[in-house]
Order: sequence, then structure tokens, then C-alpha cells
Amino acid sequence: MHSFEYSAPHSLSDAVSLLAQAEGNARPLAGGTDLIDQMQTGRFRPALVIDIKKLPELNVLEFDGDGLHLGAAVPCYRIYGEPRIVQEYSALADACHIIGGVQIQSRASVGGNLCNSGPAADSTPAMIALSAICVIAGPGETRQVPVEEFCTAPGENVLRRGEILAEILFPPRPANSGSHYRRFIPRNEMDIAVVGVGAFVELEDDGQTIKTARIGLGAVAPTPLLAEDLSASLSGKPATDSTFVSAGEAARQIITPITDMRGTAEYRKQITGVLVQRVLATATARARGEPSEYKPGK
Amino acid sequence: MAIADKPQYNVIGTRPIRHDGVDKVTGRAMYGADFRMAGLLHGVIVRSPYAHARIKRIDTAKAAALPGVRAVVTSDDLPQHGARQVDLGEGAVSMRHLAANVLTDDKVLYRGHAVAAVAADNVHIAEEAARLVKVEYEPLPPVLDVRAAMQPDAPILNDDVRTVFAGAPEVNADQPTNIAKHLLFEKGNPQEGFAGADLVFEREFDTTMVHQGYIEPHNATALWNADGKVTVWMSTQGSFTAREQTAELLRLPVSSVKVVPMEIGGGFGGKISVYLPPVAALLSRKSGRPVKVIMSRADVFEATGPTPGSHIRLKLGVTKDGKLNAAEAWVAFEAGAYPGSPVGMACMCVFACYDIPHARVEGFDVCVNKPRTNAYRAPGSTQVAFAIETVVDEICTELGVDPVELRLRNASRKGTQRVDGPTFARIGMEETVEAIKASSHYMSLAPQSRSPDKQCGRGVASGFWFNAGLKSSVTATVNADGTVSLIEGSTDIGGTRTSIAMQLAETLGITAEDVHPTVADTEGIGYTDVTGGSRVTFSTGIAAVRAAEDICSILADRAAALWDVPADQTKYENGGVTGPDGKRISFKELAGKLHLVGGPVTGSGISGEESQSGAFGTHCVDVEVDTETGKVQILRYTIAQDAGTAIHPSYVEGQMQGGVVQGIGWALNEEYWYDEQGMRNATFLDYRMPTCYDVPMIETIIVEVPASNHPYGVRGVGEVPICPPPAAIANAIYQATGVRMRQLPMSPPRLLAELLKS
Repeated sequence: MHSFEYSAPHSLSDAVSLLAQAEGNARPLAGGTDLIDQMQTGRFRPALVIDIKKLPELNVLEFDGDGLHLGAAVPCYRIYGEPRIVQEYSALADACHIIGGVQIQSRASVGGNLCNSGPAADSTPAMIALSAICVIAGPGETRQVPVEEFCTAPGENVLRRGEILAEILFPPRPANSGSHYRRFIPRNEMDIAVVGVGAFVELEDDGQTIKTARIGLGAVAPTPLLAEDLSASLSGKPATDSTFVSAGEAARQIITPITDMRGTAEYRKQITGVLVQRVLATATARARGEPSEYKPGK
Repeated sequence: MAIADKPQYNVIGTRPIRHDGVDKVTGRAMYGADFRMAGLLHGVIVRSPYAHARIKRIDTAKAAALPGVRAVVTSDDLPQHGARQVDLGEGAVSMRHLAANVLTDDKVLYRGHAVAAVAADNVHIAEEAARLVKVEYEPLPPVLDVRAAMQPDAPILNDDVRTVFAGAPEVNADQPTNIAKHLLFEKGNPQEGFAGADLVFEREFDTTMVHQGYIEPHNATALWNADGKVTVWMSTQGSFTAREQTAELLRLPVSSVKVVPMEIGGGFGGKISVYLPPVAALLSRKSGRPVKVIMSRADVFEATGPTPGSHIRLKLGVTKDGKLNAAEAWVAFEAGAYPGSPVGMACMCVFACYDIPHARVEGFDVCVNKPRTNAYRAPGSTQVAFAIETVVDEICTELGVDPVELRLRNASRKGTQRVDGPTFARIGMEETVEAIKASSHYMSLAPQSRSPDKQCGRGVASGFWFNAGLKSSVTATVNADGTVSLIEGSTDIGGTRTSIAMQLAETLGITAEDVHPTVADTEGIGYTDVTGGSRVTFSTGIAAVRAAEDICSILADRAAALWDVPADQTKYENGGVTGPDGKRISFKELAGKLHLVGGPVTGSGISGEESQSGAFGTHCVDVEVDTETGKVQILRYTIAQDAGTAIHPSYVEGQMQGGVVQGIGWALNEEYWYDEQGMRNATFLDYRMPTCYDVPMIETIIVEVPASNHPYGVRGVGEVPICPPPAAIANAIYQATGVRMRQLPMSPPRLLAELLKS
């Protein structure tokens, strides 16, 4: 049986020093929905588990001039339960709605989802689309890293020894903008994304032309991707189905999916195109303030 | 809808609350994992990471030395069986194969194959010890595809397997092979039959291995007592077969083993073979303590008995006026590591729905490096129903005949002979088709597509299952308060405590609530076969009716004694005894006076029917296909099935709905996903059984064509509902998209690939 120490510090600085002292043999515990499973299966055998749920800095959910400050340990249910997030950062709310079931959503955090650094994490493409920034606390200076640069390989990220993801900062929502995240799964619930796509669309005042767009892609490469050139190329294009279809075609060219039990590489390429097209259409509808009904899974 | 004039019943056909309901909804029911006793140790099995390898060495020294470890066993601790063959109710099986599936000797034949086991003070120590057992393997090339395994140059799994020929001509009978059985059935003259057909369709089909997916993992606690007696507390579909298998594997007299069946969280055929009891017993013998072993979900997927994947070639000849004239099938089933797939039953089922004058079926039981397959709800029938029912649909399309009409034109009925010989008694195939034809679902407008990428269609398919008879025992005792205690040996999976109690109550003329059913262990009741083959409500029901009749006759005698009249002048009827001069005493009143006239009254009954007369069902489904992703949504589903007589209609409906849902899972997403080293999706997350979000309310139509060989006309209902769904859904997908799917599962990647081709 694997024994380990458990510590629940009450300040971020205590947590950081505990983590630094553990010399790489500690894991932070937020909701624990990944960590507990990984310890049970023996994938991680840390000597110290640091419970970070009690840190006030990691539980903030605040709006100010910089946008939305989201503590890394805030569970999904608080996120989709906040009307301003549903309204202004729809893609994030969409993702939190489909991560696990109600029990998981009441524990699991998007910070944890990001730090687990799985290629198929649902909230990551949504956060990429929303231009979110990771605020990382550590023994030295606090530093900021864009979400799309956070993950470096499956299960790996930019966090250095002693560092904790403290907060995720979402910039204020521009006028005439909307966002959406959806994934493809073979069932209607209870699945890991075969492909996940998040998109943000900002329209010109005419409501017909794309001003800016950002597309995040999940489960199609070793890390969640920002489709940077593709996103940039959409600026100035008409917000029409044919633009979205072409964007889907282009997205197929920039991904490097694998074949595994959740889907073949060939299929992931097909589905990425379809999802990019559908997600852009829904994000655009939301940018226009049109009602856009979407049932997760279908 | 009842076909014949149904007799008036008091209890049968009503919906009383199940006797085990309170315990189950409050969580008090005792399952195998709940079992505790003083001094209990926990066992863990060491399993193979390879699909095919030779074991060069097993070093258990480090594991045995770990503090808290009380016993370590390998196949050396199992008795030797040599070439011994034993009949355990399903024909002769090699004891060496059974034993090696429990703890293997020289080779591992699938990932998850049990190699050794440890018992320790707690499960954490046991897991640590299992990691310390060092097994040295020499990996061998695995063979995972049924047709590849049939090739002469394929890696051979078992040196001792020779083809058994049943009806088929012998070829290479003395060569080691993966083909464990070659069957052939023939009826009429197929060659002439095809010559007389106007259209001939020949198609090929593939299905993958799927699992029953019961929620409760296998478990067993065993105590090898100092007196040499072994007791096993476990989850099983049949305590007597578990006892027999355990005793044979340990080479003990059957009476030295007692099996206590705990509540069972689903079986569907997968909880008949024993995996854990002999191992737990060996660990108990070595440690002198009771040992409990519970499988993980991955163990359940990788190392129990899923149903085979298959390759099927099917040929149908039909005349211009839509009469099926000739049929031919070639069916190869994955047996898994050891022989014993249900390919024989598949061959008997494939054409059973139709009256076809000329037919020929060949079947092959083929070993591959996957877990040894086992029964799964109508074993073998779903695979072949997928093949025949989609070809029948193709014929309907080609000839422009309504699928319901073509089925009526060709339906099997009383007197139709199956390809393997037997002739049907009165059956309800036609009636289930008529029921679908008349259903509000089939009469409604076919669903309309919402948008170009969402195409809708409707499909129909039928299915057949034999239903088993087999042996059951029931005893029943009259209590002084006018109730009856009923003892049975059939473990209750689908509400059979109540369906058995209801038949006893009907016969005695009392209420279902006045019967208290108990499932006893192997020393508390006479021999009873498994809860399987859709047999319990039929066969244990017959035993219960006979036990009740026994009680009726004793009570008539007791009333005669009470009244002091000759015994031939009293008669048990309508819930009491009548005698001369208008004398009458109710069951309840007489029960209270039994201590005055002879004491306790106990009745017993046994049954042992060879077979039932067959179950049929016809299904109708509406689907919506996302033509850009290949994902299928089930919009509406209706099942019509012949239940003979529905004892408890809610449980009949529940069986019909449950079978359909499992069939939908098999049709759309469930599969063992393999690479060279074995199954890679051995979790409920990635094995993708349907959830409640994936299925609509399944509409049910109970058809009642009473069976002639049961006192109340019961036919088993548990299995046949799983047979038609894959074909019905495939036919609906064709109507929606114009694409014919001939591979299961019809998962989004497979369907999209076909859609992109068309």
C-alpha cells in the first residue's frame, strides 16, 4: 500500500513553500477527480499531497476591469452557475457543463483540468478560444503564460518545481462577440472527447463580417492547440456557412491526431472539420445575440 | 395483446411489489462484496500483460516474504486433470482447459489470463504482493482475427485441440488446430433451392467481441475448513453449477463443496463459469483463513466470458413473389482462448424465424488470443440475426415489398422444421409481426429529416431464441398464519422470486404477498440448473406449481380428517377445501388448524422439461443519422414479443426493454478494441455502453400465445429481445442514408467511412 502525507495549507505562500520543499515528490490536490484515480492506479505515487482547495486565492470568481479572475480550484458547478460567465464566456460554461456528471462537476476545477494537461481536456480549447492567461505563483515572481502555451506534452506543462497555477484570467468580452465549445463523443454523455473545438468570434458592427476569431482544438495533437494562422485568416471574412466550411477544411490540415480506442486519426480529421464549422456557426449566432440552442453530446 | 381466450387469473397478470424490493432499494441486500467474516483475508490475482506467451518461470519468493501475506498459489496448487473430459451440463469439456482458464500452467492465451494469486491481511498488501510476483514470459505471436486463426500457418493456441466434426466431413482430424469444432446442418436440397430462386443475395458480415456489462464484478469468498469442506459465498447465476465446477476443478466430491449464492448484480450468461472460487479456495487451504477475491472492472472485461466476434457469410434465394426458397450460411465464431463458443446455437438460430424449404449451415468454433467466450443473452443468435435480418430487408427493398408483409409471408409457424431438425410447436412469430404491423409506431408516418445532415429512417427486424427447460426444485411450507414459505434454488436476477411466488399463489388461490420466497444454498434445496436460458419463470415455475399441487392434495386430506369424512370426498379448489354437504374451509383457516390434524404441511415439486417451444420478437426502430459525423440517435423503439403468458407484466416489459438496450449498445458502440497486446478499452468510460441519454423509452407490446408445455402457458422472455436490435437499426440506417452496414458496431467512424464512400 502506498502511504503519503497530506497537508492542507491556508495560504498560497505556505502551499508554495511546501511544494518547493517536496522536491518534485508532491502533487497539489484540487477537486481530486484526476489525482485520486491516478494514485489508485499507481500512475503517481507522491510522498505529499497538498490540498489547495482551502486557499482563498484559488477560489476567487471575480469580475473587474481586467476581465474575469477565476481561481484555479473553483469547481465547474460554480462556473456554469454564474450567469455572467454563461453570458460573456459561454465556451467556458459549455465545457464545464459536460465535464463528467453532476458529482464530478461539484469537485472538478478547470485549473485542475489544465494542470492534468491531457490532450482531450474539455475546458482547455474553450479557454484558448477565450484568450485566457494562466497566473502562476511560485517561489519567485508570479508569472503569466497564455493557456495555449501551458501544456507541453501529454501530462506535462510549463509549471516548474514549486509552482502552482493560482488563477486563470479571462480578458473582458468585446462587443458583438460570442463563443462556444463542443466536443464529439459517440454517446450523448459519459465520454472523453474524440475531438473538442472551442471558438470565439467577434463581428464588425454590421454583424456580417468577422473582426477577430480564435479557435482552440482538443484531442487532435499531443497538446490542445490554438489554430493561430487559421484564426487570423478569418478576420475580414463574411460570417457565412461557406466561410465556416472552409475553416473546417483548413483545420484538418493543421492537426496531427493519433488512432486509439477513442477514434481513428482519419476519423478525427473528418470530425475536426465538421466541429469547427458547427462551433463557428454557434459562436457567430451568439455574437449576434441570436438564440442558439445546443444540446451537449448531439 | 392476448391471442387465445385467456383464462381468468387472480394473481397471474397482476403487478405486485417484488419481495426483495425493500432490501434492494434501501441497500440492505447482501451482495458478494458485502460479505464479511472473522479472519477474512483478501486475495488478488496476478494476470498476464501479454495476449500470447510462454511462461518460463514464476518467482513468488518476494511476494511470499512481504509481511501480511498469508498465501501464494500458482497452477502447481491445482490438481492435475490430464485429458479428463467432464460433462457440466453443456456437453463434455476438457478439464485441463477449465483449470488453465482459472490458473494457467505453461502458457498465457490472453491479456488478463490468471497466472498466480496471493492472499494477505488486506487488499493493499495483496496488491503490493501481486506486483512482487515475478513472471518471466517468452512472448509468442498472437492471433486475434477469427479467419486468420483458421489458416494452416496460424499460431496454435492449444496443442491438445483437434477439430471435432459434427455433421461435417472429417479433414486433418489428427492435426493440432485452432478450429475446435466444425458443424454442418442441412435441410432439403439447397442446390435445387437456389436454382429455383429468382433472386439470390450473398453478403458477408463481421461482428466484434462484446461484453455483457453487468454492473457487479465477479466475486467469491471461500473457506476451506479443517474438516475438508469448502464453502463459497459468491455472485452466480447457478449455485449448483458453481458447486460442480469448483468441486471438479479441485477434485473434491460434489458434496464437499457448498455454494451460498449472494444477491447478484446482473449476469446475462457471464456468471455461469467459475473463475474465482477455486483460486480463493486454494488460498484458503494454504492460509487456513477465509479468502475474498473481487475482480476489478478491467479484470471483468479482460478475463471473464464475453460473447464472440464473428465472421458470417449468408446467402438467400427468393422467388419473385417474395417466398424464401433457399438459404446458406457460413458462420465462424471466436471461441477465445479455449473451445466452446455458442456457434452451434448460432447455426440453429440463423434461419429459425422463416419457413425455408432448403437450407445449409456450416459453423466453426475457433480459438483466438482473447478471453474464453461465454454465454450472453441468447448466445449466438444476435450475431446471425444481424446477418439474416439485414439480407431479408435487402430483399424487401429489391422486391418493393413491405418488410412486415415479407416476414408474414415466410414466418415460421407450428410444424415448420428448423435447419437442425426439430419442428416447432405452436409459436408466436407471426403474431409478433402482426403486432408491429398494428402498432401506433409502425402506423405512424416515418420520421422526417430535420436538415440535410440529419437523415431519418425506420427499420424492422425479428429474432428467435430457443429458451431452455432444464431442472428445478421447489419446496414450500404452510405457515400457521396462512402464508407459505417458498424455497427455491434459482438465483433471482430479473424478479423471479416474485414470478415464482405468483405461480404458487395462483395455484393455491392465495395472494402473492402471502408467499415468502427464499433462494437457498446448495444444501437448502434440491438440484436446480442455472438462471439462464430464459428458463426460471418457466421451469422453476413448473416446480412451484407442482409444489403447490402437492400442498393442495395434502390439505384436502387434512380437511377430510378435520371433518371426519372419507378423503375422496374432499377437494381443493378456489383457495380452500370443499367437502360433502357444502362443507368449505379456506386455506387460511385450515392453515391455523393443521397442528390439530397431522402437523406441518410441506409440498415439493421438481421440473425437468427438455426444452420450451421457442420465443420470437419483432422490433421497429426510428433513427436519425448525422451524415457528417456518422452518429446515430435512436428516436423511437417498439418491441413486440411473445411471452406465452406474462406472469408479472412489469418484469416482462423490463426484460424486453433491457434486452433492447443491450442490443442498441451492441449495434452502435460496444466493442473490444484490440491492438496486438490485447484489449485497450477495459473501462466503462471507453467501452461505451449506452446510458439513459442514448435510449428513448422503449415501447413494449406483450404478445401472448400460450406455450403448451407450461401449466399457465409461460414462455421465457429474457433473451430474445437482444437479437433483433442491431439488424433493425442497420435497416433503419439504410432507409435514412442508403448505406448498408454489414459490420458491428455501427460506430460513428465505421458509418461515416461508408457514408463517405457512397
